[in-house]
Amino acid sequence: MSAVNRFFTRLLNVTGRRRGDERLREEIESHIATQTEDNVRAGMTPAQARRQARLKFGAVEAVRENYHAEKGLPFVENLLLDVRYALRVLRKSPAFTLVTIVTLMLGIGANVVVFGVLNAVLLHSLDVSDPSSLYQIRHRQWTQGKLLTTSYPAFEDFQRRNGTFSGMAAIYAYSDASISWRNAVTSVHGDEVSGNYFDLLGAQPALGRFFHAADERGPGSAPYIVLSNSLWRTAFHADPGVIGTTVEIKKHPFTVVGVASPEFQGTERFVWPDYWLPMVNEQQVQSWDYLHNRTSRVTVIGRIKPGVTERQATDDLNKIGAQLANEYPQTDDGQPLRLVHPGLYADEGDVIRGFLWSITALALLVLAAACANLASLFAARASDRSRELALRVALGSSRRRLVRQLLTEAVLVSLAGGAAGLVAAYLLLGVLDRTAPFAGSLTVHVDGRVYVAALVLTLASALLFGMLPARQAWQSSPLQMMKGTHAQSTHLGRFALRDLLLGVQIAICTLLVTASLVAVRGMTRALHTPLGFQPQGAMLVSLDLSQVEQPDDVALEKEKAILEAMRDVPGVTAAAAVNRTPMTGGLHGTPIFPPGTAEFKLNNSVLAPYVFSMSPGYLDAAGTRLLGGRDVSWQDTAKTPYVAVVNQTFARKMWDETPAIGQRFILNANLTEVVGVSEDGKYHDMQESPQPVVYLPLSQSYSEAVFIVRSRRTPTEMSATLQRTLSGIEPNVPITVQSWSDSLAGQLFPAKAATVALGIMGLLAAMLAVTGIFGMAAYSVSRRMKELGIRMALGARRTQVMSAAVGRPIVLLGVGSLLGLLAGILASRLLRQIVYQANPGDPAVLGGAVLTMALLGVVASALPARRALAIDPSKLMREE
Amino acid sequence: MKHKKDVQQGTLALMLLKTLDVLGPQHGYGIARRIEQISGDLLSVNQGTLYPLLLRLEQEGAIASEWGPSENNRRARFYRLTQAGQKLLQAEKRDWEQTAAIIARFFEVKAQDLP
Repeated sequence: MSAVNRFFTRLLNVTGRRRGDERLREEIESHIATQTEDNVRAGMTPAQARRQARLKFGAVEAVRENYHAEKGLPFVENLLLDVRYALRVLRKSPAFTLVTIVTLMLGIGANVVVFGVLNAVLLHSLDVSDPSSLYQIRHRQWTQGKLLTTSYPAFEDFQRRNGTFSGMAAIYAYSDASISWRNAVTSVHGDEVSGNYFDLLGAQPALGRFFHAADERGPGSAPYIVLSNSLWRTAFHADPGVIGTTVEIKKHPFTVVGVASPEFQGTERFVWPDYWLPMVNEQQVQSWDYLHNRTSRVTVIGRIKPGVTERQATDDLNKIGAQLANEYPQTDDGQPLRLVHPGLYADEGDVIRGFLWSITALALLVLAAACANLASLFAARASDRSRELALRVALGSSRRRLVRQLLTEAVLVSLAGGAAGLVAAYLLLGVLDRTAPFAGSLTVHVDGRVYVAALVLTLASALLFGMLPARQAWQSSPLQMMKGTHAQSTHLGRFALRDLLLGVQIAICTLLVTASLVAVRGMTRALHTPLGFQPQGAMLVSLDLSQVEQPDDVALEKEKAILEAMRDVPGVTAAAAVNRTPMTGGLHGTPIFPPGTAEFKLNNSVLAPYVFSMSPGYLDAAGTRLLGGRDVSWQDTAKTPYVAVVNQTFARKMWDETPAIGQRFILNANLTEVVGVSEDGKYHDMQESPQPVVYLPLSQSYSEAVFIVRSRRTPTEMSATLQRTLSGIEPNVPITVQSWSDSLAGQLFPAKAATVALGIMGLLAAMLAVTGIFGMAAYSVSRRMKELGIRMALGARRTQVMSAAVGRPIVLLGVGSLLGLLAGILASRLLRQIVYQANPGDPAVLGGAVLTMALLGVVASALPARRALAIDPSKLMREE
Repeated sequence: MKHKKDVQQGTLALMLLKTLDVLGPQHGYGIARRIEQISGDLLSVNQGTLYPLLLRLEQEGAIASEWGPSENNRRARFYRLTQAGQKLLQAEKRDWEQTAAIIARFFEVKAQDLP
């Protein structure tokens, strides 16, 4: 207790130093005066008496020091002193301080940004109860779209028969709807979920209630809707009175029962649903029935029982899968299942994780290079300050104090750099959040964890680059330093260490430059990948027909009429319709059977191509080349034989070298004849391998369609014109017109993000390499001015002076670059995580990296070399 | 010439407390003088070292201090033992006696006394 009291008294004393000094001074004065009087009384002369009194009292300064040590907290006081002194020193060399702070700002800022994203995407678990036991059930192969698991009836079978899950819920995440509320119509997308969904996830509503399994009593029995918090805020003005009111979807009334909490965003991190509907009511939204259809697909998530392992649960599921394949051979194929944690597009999670961790590793390397850079800067400075340091040792400062002083400087600079980096990162993340929708709706927050990470990085880098000069100060001998003659051995030793630092730095920089070149190559390759269609100069026109109900044949006639009207618009060169454009997600294969198949068991199918329905002229409008045969036509109707255009991959996989035109296959139980062959393209994403595709005529396989219009006019102009033109055919239908290239921007996002991230890191690395080499060369030239001057006076040639001045940095550049390139090749696995088909062994990349490093070397050492050559021996000799 | 002994760490505090216990409130010079007298000049104490110690004891609450007039009408700071100081003195005294007794026994022991 008394110790605590004393600590606080001392802490107070640190601040109010003056008064205590006064008291001690008075006491000492009084003490010595009394002693002097006593001495005089004992018979000494006054002068002698005073002297003896002082001798007896002892060294006043030492007493005062001890007194202060007892009174205040010497540690805190010294720290304050150190800080004050360090600030003074740093202010005296503003250029040095600024360079250091900026270097650190870049290094730490880059890391904070990367960590912020990593934190938001990977380190935060989904906002559901006990996320570790929650799994998504996936097929072992990827043929069915990335999120989809199995059919709704099969889900019910799994749910009933399993013994390892405490609950299972189904999600259909491709639900689109126009919600009308108080005459306002909002187009939104959301999830249709089984009734137990919210209870399984353990989510709580912010307002009202969620629906439950008990609400489901057969199809159409639960006309309820739960709104996401953001939809409630944007479309419903955060009106709490919305609970209990009715909204309309496709003229069906749905009661708003609740609003989700702002944290709850479903089970996918990148796609946030706007609403949740009970799956039993899906037919009112989808206008087709998947609840009783074993071929359509839903996503299945489940929570395994406590104590059950992933393995046991998977085995259980596969047993049921095999049973189902036996019972329903036409629809259930018994594909092996497995469990993944939901959140990151199922299997893409691995890709995203790999990408983010690799970027983190590279960002840390940037910081390491920055620290190596600063360490040599600080070491150079410390040796320039060696006289001052030696003086302080000679005056009685302990080495420990000296080291602490140097570390304090490092920590101060580093804190300033870290703070600047944090601010920069904060701003950058804010801008990223606003401009680049972070792959969907994910937002990146700077939270406590990010701050802690920034602080840890800051202090760690301070230690890293502060240790070297501190070590130097620890080992220095005051005598030699004061004389100003460095013992040659320590001189060389110090330089060796700094050489090592520069070499490491250059190796890291080369690695980063290589990585960014790899990314740029990957990006250009991605941009030049043949897509199999030409989005440039085309527009996508979609008509929201969700409020209109009509039979298929009427709708088809309308589509024909719309296309005719579009083609008549001046400036339109082509117009066509297709059920969905490529690379819009959600594709899944449809089984194909050879002619003569009697039983349509999945095991009898030969191929599962993607199937598109198109109007005549689609291939032309989309810019896909027809390689042989004919296009579909409006004359292909339900009354004529079924026909299809297939792509090259389909033709090759089915019939190999045999000409495909005239061949037949069975699709959707219809014997279909191939009438044309088109070129291959990309259909689901940029990374896919060539996929088989079948195009059916809309007139034989009707579907709601998107229109593709080629024209030189802008989308806004086109929108107004089309609205006018189409009002005769389909009045009051909302039309959206978007340039096709823009709609594909999201597909290029990963490649763009990787290129930007690696490009920035490469640039940072290059800057660090330049400053590192420049710093070392400039320093060695300035240290060796005298020597170089003498050599020139003695008749050394320019090349000799050059090699003496900047030879060592150049050699280091060569060695470091070589090591960096080797590291780049060894790290190709890491790079492959970041960039699709990364190949650091690519001669263009290798050549580019070598060239870049050589250029950097020339740029960085040019100035010091010029300075060395410009030495005027006579002037120099006079000065020294 | 008498060999003067350096004061062991900790013993000075005990001497100081005991002095205040016996003599009542004293100023710094008085305490220094008294310790010198009692130790019979055997102890070399730089009188100044007393002041940091006084401060520490005061911060720990063992003694309290206030300004007052000295015998020769100077302003001096007088220190007195507090309740807590009294207790501390007793505890320190017990400790010291124990240590002394143990050490004394070691010196008394002769080889033949040991089994």
